[in-house]
Amino acid sequence: MWEPLLLSFRVSAVAVLAASVLGIAVGALLERRRFPGRELVDALITVPMVLPPTVLGYYLLVLLGRRSLIGGIFEETFGGPIVFTVTGATVAAFVGAFPFIVKSSRSSLESVDHRLVQAARTLGAGPLRAFLTVHLPLASRGIAAGIVLGFARALGDFGVTLMIAGNIPGETRTAALAIYDGVQAGRSAEAGALALALSLMAVAFLYAINRLGLKAHEA
Amino acid sequence: MNAVQGTVPNAAPRTLSVSIRHRYGGSGGFSVAVDFEAGPGITSLFGRSGAGKSTVLAAIAGLIRPDSGRIALGGETWFDSSTGFELPVHRRGAALVFQSLALFPHLTALDNVRYGISRSLPADERRGRALALLERMRVGHLAGRKPPSFSGGEGQRVALARAFAMEPRLVLLDEPFSALDRDLRLQLAADLCGYVEETGVPLIHVTHNRSEARAIAGRVILIDGGRVTAAGGTDDLLPDGGADERAELSALRNR
Repeated sequence: MWEPLLLSFRVSAVAVLAASVLGIAVGALLERRRFPGRELVDALITVPMVLPPTVLGYYLLVLLGRRSLIGGIFEETFGGPIVFTVTGATVAAFVGAFPFIVKSSRSSLESVDHRLVQAARTLGAGPLRAFLTVHLPLASRGIAAGIVLGFARALGDFGVTLMIAGNIPGETRTAALAIYDGVQAGRSAEAGALALALSLMAVAFLYAINRLGLKAHEA
Repeated sequence: MNAVQGTVPNAAPRTLSVSIRHRYGGSGGFSVAVDFEAGPGITSLFGRSGAGKSTVLAAIAGLIRPDSGRIALGGETWFDSSTGFELPVHRRGAALVFQSLALFPHLTALDNVRYGISRSLPADERRGRALALLERMRVGHLAGRKPPSFSGGEGQRVALARAFAMEPRLVLLDEPFSALDRDLRLQLAADLCGYVEETGVPLIHVTHNRSEARAIAGRVILIDGGRVTAAGGTDDLLPDGGADERAELSALRNR
């Protein structure tokens, strides 16, 4: 009965790890570089937060499906498709978490007093060292809050997962999908237990985010 | 004097030469156009706030790129618009003490001071030098504490220790003592003068405070409206401000 929940955790953990590395990098790029179309890129990254999940899922199917360019290359390389596999579920979780992490990274990095980064540079630190030892640590609480939020979002995804990964028990049937299945099949005790588990985790995540926020003000 | 004396950078006197033009905000904006040289010892860039002093300092440090001109220290070019050359900030070895101090709030005083020390040195040597400099600036007791808990004077001292720990080839101070009361300012200025004399490193000191410039600088460059209006000895350009200041100066020199 808890299998879908464990699957959700596994899928979300992998997705959020990838989204964190990439999201912080993209957030840093948006914060540092004044390139043409910067706000357009920011908007494109934000769109998944407001699109209906089925619409987002549809685009991902078109982009990553077996007959698409990316899907074809992936299948050629790894011997299996992206869609309707655990990889697809992970992509769905990634897409949910990514905007939160980019947004929080950009705004947290922007809020760091830029003179501190300049001070690091005058003390002999190259751009990367200044970023890793001064800029990033000072923005870490806000970024961590974004990662927690992204994880919560990834864990709860329903629509996108259903569209591109389907509802395969043990492979893509995550907790959110299992709740729907449970209700459909009249297994309301199972659905209720999973719903309660997800709710408790949501509360725990919010608590963690608030603590991160509080600490940021104290510092 | 003692522990840190072995860390004196390079005894050869070096001269900083600056000749830059820089404009802000289009044709109606503010422009800076300065030419000056500064040798070893302390030189004050003196002028009202908004005169362009901080811009000049930022350009020397490499934090802004001037529209045109040249900056060099000794025989080494740091910036030359005619060839498009610009030495990156972190390769200049110019320690800049910000008016806001810009101490890293997430690091202890010791780690702040250690930050700029060459990482090719063994860890215990870096730690030893950082501790020695904190002691030298009379804030050794703060080594394990973080900047948010420091008083204004303590923060200034840690920031100065951090600047000198990197064995700078040039030190730039932006209104370093503006947040301090008179006694602290004098005491700190005296400690600073002593250290600069020992190391022989050129130091540029930006201020709009007359007595501060008189107290620590041998040479002064007057800046107004983004232009150098005069350069010369401190006593000639910033004559005695009165009895009050004489008392300050003698208090300082008797330390």
